[in-house]
Amino acid sequence: MREFGYQRAHDVAGAVALLGADPEARFLGGGTNLVDLMKTGVERPARLVDVRELPLDGIEVTEDGGLRIGATVTNSDLAAHPEVRRRYPVLTQAVLAGASGQLRNMATVGGNLLQRTRCGYFTDVTQPCNKRTPGSGCPAIEGEHHNHAILGASAHCVAVHPSDMGVALTALDAVVTYETADGPGELPLDDFYLPVGDTPHRETALPPGALITGVTLPPAPVAAHSRYRKVRERASYAFAIGSVAAALDVQDGAVRDVRLAFGAVASRPWRARAAEQVLTGAPADAETFAAAADAELAAADPLPHNAYKVTLIRNLVVAVLTELTEEAAR
Amino acid sequence: MTTATTGTRTTTKGFTGTSHTRVEGRDKVTGAARYAGEIPFAGLAHGWLVLSTVARGRIRSIDTAPALARPGVLAVLHHQNAPRVETDYVGMLGVPDPTCAVFQHDRVPHLGWPVALVVAETSEQAREAAETLVVHYEQEPHDIDFSGARPDAHPVDGYMPAVVEKGDLDAELAASRTVVDEEYTTPEEHHAMMEPHAATARWDGGRLELVDSNQGTTWVVGELAKMFSLDPASVRVRSEHVGGGFGSKGVRAHQVAAVMAATVLQRPVRVVMTRRQMFSLTGYRSPTAQRVRLGADADGRLRALEHRSVNLTSTVHEFVESAAGPARVMYDADAHHTANRVVRLNVPTPTFMRAPGEAPGSFALESALDELAEKCGLDPIELRLRNEPERGPVSGLPFSGRNLPDCFREGARRFGWADRDPRPGVRREGRWLLGTGTAAASFHAGAGPSTAVATAEPDGTFTVRIAAADIGTGARTALTLIAADALEVSPDRIEVRIGDSDFGPAMIAGGSMGTRSWGWAVMTAATELRERLALGADVPPEGITVRSDTTAALGALAQKERHSFGAQFAEVAVDVTTGEVRVRRMLGIFAAGRIVNPLTARSQLVGGMTWGISMALHEEAVRDRATGGLYGADLAGYHVATHADVPFVEADWVDDPDPDDPVGIKGIGEIGVVGAAAAIANAVWHATGVRHRNLPIRPDRVLQSLPGEPHA
Repeated sequence: MREFGYQRAHDVAGAVALLGADPEARFLGGGTNLVDLMKTGVERPARLVDVRELPLDGIEVTEDGGLRIGATVTNSDLAAHPEVRRRYPVLTQAVLAGASGQLRNMATVGGNLLQRTRCGYFTDVTQPCNKRTPGSGCPAIEGEHHNHAILGASAHCVAVHPSDMGVALTALDAVVTYETADGPGELPLDDFYLPVGDTPHRETALPPGALITGVTLPPAPVAAHSRYRKVRERASYAFAIGSVAAALDVQDGAVRDVRLAFGAVASRPWRARAAEQVLTGAPADAETFAAAADAELAAADPLPHNAYKVTLIRNLVVAVLTELTEEAAR
Repeated sequence: MTTATTGTRTTTKGFTGTSHTRVEGRDKVTGAARYAGEIPFAGLAHGWLVLSTVARGRIRSIDTAPALARPGVLAVLHHQNAPRVETDYVGMLGVPDPTCAVFQHDRVPHLGWPVALVVAETSEQAREAAETLVVHYEQEPHDIDFSGARPDAHPVDGYMPAVVEKGDLDAELAASRTVVDEEYTTPEEHHAMMEPHAATARWDGGRLELVDSNQGTTWVVGELAKMFSLDPASVRVRSEHVGGGFGSKGVRAHQVAAVMAATVLQRPVRVVMTRRQMFSLTGYRSPTAQRVRLGADADGRLRALEHRSVNLTSTVHEFVESAAGPARVMYDADAHHTANRVVRLNVPTPTFMRAPGEAPGSFALESALDELAEKCGLDPIELRLRNEPERGPVSGLPFSGRNLPDCFREGARRFGWADRDPRPGVRREGRWLLGTGTAAASFHAGAGPSTAVATAEPDGTFTVRIAAADIGTGARTALTLIAADALEVSPDRIEVRIGDSDFGPAMIAGGSMGTRSWGWAVMTAATELRERLALGADVPPEGITVRSDTTAALGALAQKERHSFGAQFAEVAVDVTTGEVRVRRMLGIFAAGRIVNPLTARSQLVGGMTWGISMALHEEAVRDRATGGLYGADLAGYHVATHADVPFVEADWVDDPDPDDPVGIKGIGEIGVVGAAAAIANAVWHATGVRHRNLPIRPDRVLQSLPGEPHA
């Protein structure tokens, strides 16, 4: 493991200045992913700029009734926050479905969005990987891809984004705010992650040297009635093989408003807009839910060993939306 | 000062059989207990293993200059400069696996083969330098394609004959009313103990000393002495605390590399493995492909039993996973054919892993029994009771004890088996389908020769020395209780010292034989010491010491079928829309000899059953065909059961003292795993109506097993 320098930043401008334009420097949040990657040699930064002490650890209600979440808020604090639990239960559930209590105490919101795929080829430096070493190839397509993408992948990379939190944030139309040396900026989560294409190593639209300062959630009354369901290969402490974040508002038996996103199916948390279109205004029944899932999954292009995910996501959509409908009727 | 210890007897009889917390428990939870990788040494250097990145070929060259130029680097050992070692010998467990004889030639037989050791002043320097080492390979095509249909599978005798056949199998199958003929597979599984392999070697006054984490110090002494052509008396191995072994902690590349480096550099050298290295270098349980054929009369009596298993091994050493072995103990049939075969591939050598043979073998055999019960319309317990053999089905020898029916009766009563509706797929609770299953378990009960030393100290305390290994089992505490009963004093007056080869030869912590083997030796020495003290002698300043050696006593034991038995029960919930399987509760009732310390014994058995959950639902190491290496070789990629997967597991036992053991022990280290995966798989069938014959029972397999779903 490479020797590295360590600096601690105390304010946002200072952090951005410390990182500068150095391509070998990285911001350090909770370190729950970056430090692992440094140990295995996937990341070899020369310098770490620790942003844990920045004053970005607050959660506040915005003027329009949304929520602003600081980038260094820990997963544990985010999940436990009363406004999150009340207004966006899907977010609390998603965060608590991830990692372990110890990791959630360390991991931060900003780091969560920037965490890397757990594809076993990416994390093994003796293997080719287009995401880690551009142009070296993607062995997963012919090799082990049991938990790889069914949507939005390319011939260059079929890895999935590992975040649970991100799936809920995507469903909630979150906006990422950041700071650069040239001033602040923001990106809707929809535009935050780049398409895979032939540049899987370029994962986000953040400008070079940018520091994520927070995430803003617009007001979403529909989210008060929302749910996250995650399926994994053991009951806890594993990444999803498929997950669904859903918020549903049913009036007089019809869907009035809906948010739907999938996890572990693509290089990014997957917003299911085609499904939402089918659902909106349609009867809130299992038939509609299945048709909506099918509409979204029509674009699925599974590999030989991950076709089960199409069935899994379809079944999860029906199950979660049915549960939300039944609960609303009570 | 001398103290007469006679006349101080209080009401101390009967510690054996009474729960006692671990005598070293406080040290462990406070961090005072030091493990092999954290014991300080003056002038310590650190070695970092470099492993091959190709699965087959030859090392053309190693460019060591960049590594040697890095700060702190002391040496790079590889096949061109490392000390030569001897591998042509027969050790305690047979011929050695040449994988541990590192850096002897340029051949690479599998990915992850050790090719060099970089030694530096700090571990970080060694690691960073190791990453700069450039190894050029002449790569050759590799073969890692394991299947039960390989024509090159050949019979191998391991610790039992490869092939045992009696009767005319085809004729008995043809005459059977009901036949089951199925194939079962289990994947590559890893020990995944918490403490990584770590060793520090140093030369001290002409003696080689190794501080290590292993399952038997005198075993490791024997191997190192032979490899380095040393007098065993000039080698000392210590291993005080061990954070899990499960069969993997014998002689491995790290100890040998550390000894080489300490010899070359003449200073202490430590080698610690990373988790990723452990996946290549410390053995694993081979995948198995098993075929079971059963033929039965209308009343369920077995006419035919065939169990054939194939496992893989490396190209440098033959290890057989004797999965067909359990059938030779469990059930008789007029025609009884069992065979273990092996395929040599470009993979690391597999090794013993908790219940070797029995764990995968019982999955296939006990699943097949459940299928037979279904086809015969019999209760699975009744089918097994109808096939209880009088004598060893293959050996014809009498059983030293076979309380399997007692286990089933007690287990059935406590589990509520009598109320079970045998029909599959009819119980639903919300999104979950519910089912229950059962399976039988057995494990060999044996003992190995051991020596112990018991000393009466002048201050009225006692010291017992034995080269035992407590790999987390609670052996140290069990031996303290055994010594207390033999000496008729309170356990708090006894210090049991273990994990030091200077205490004399002793059995390893393996084969579920550790506590029995050591307990016998401790009992013998302590009893004789008490008898000598009873004569009324004063204890001199150097104490009174008695030594024991169980070799002769063990050699005098009559030949018998000696085993522990058990009945496993599981209740599962299956969501067929997501493929999730959750174990709701398990019960294991065991006939496993006298239980020395119920507290730690229960831990052992529950731990074994938890392994069964893990084996049934989670564990699977996946090899990448293109490179021949493991995919996701870390504890994020290799899933073992978490606490959330283990909701309510209960283990208990029936009275079953071994008549031929002075304490009555049989051994409990492994039987908890045996049959557990089958009980869960049988419960999944009962819940869903679908048989799962390939482990682990992953969500995608459950999803795809349903009618009309795509099969990948």
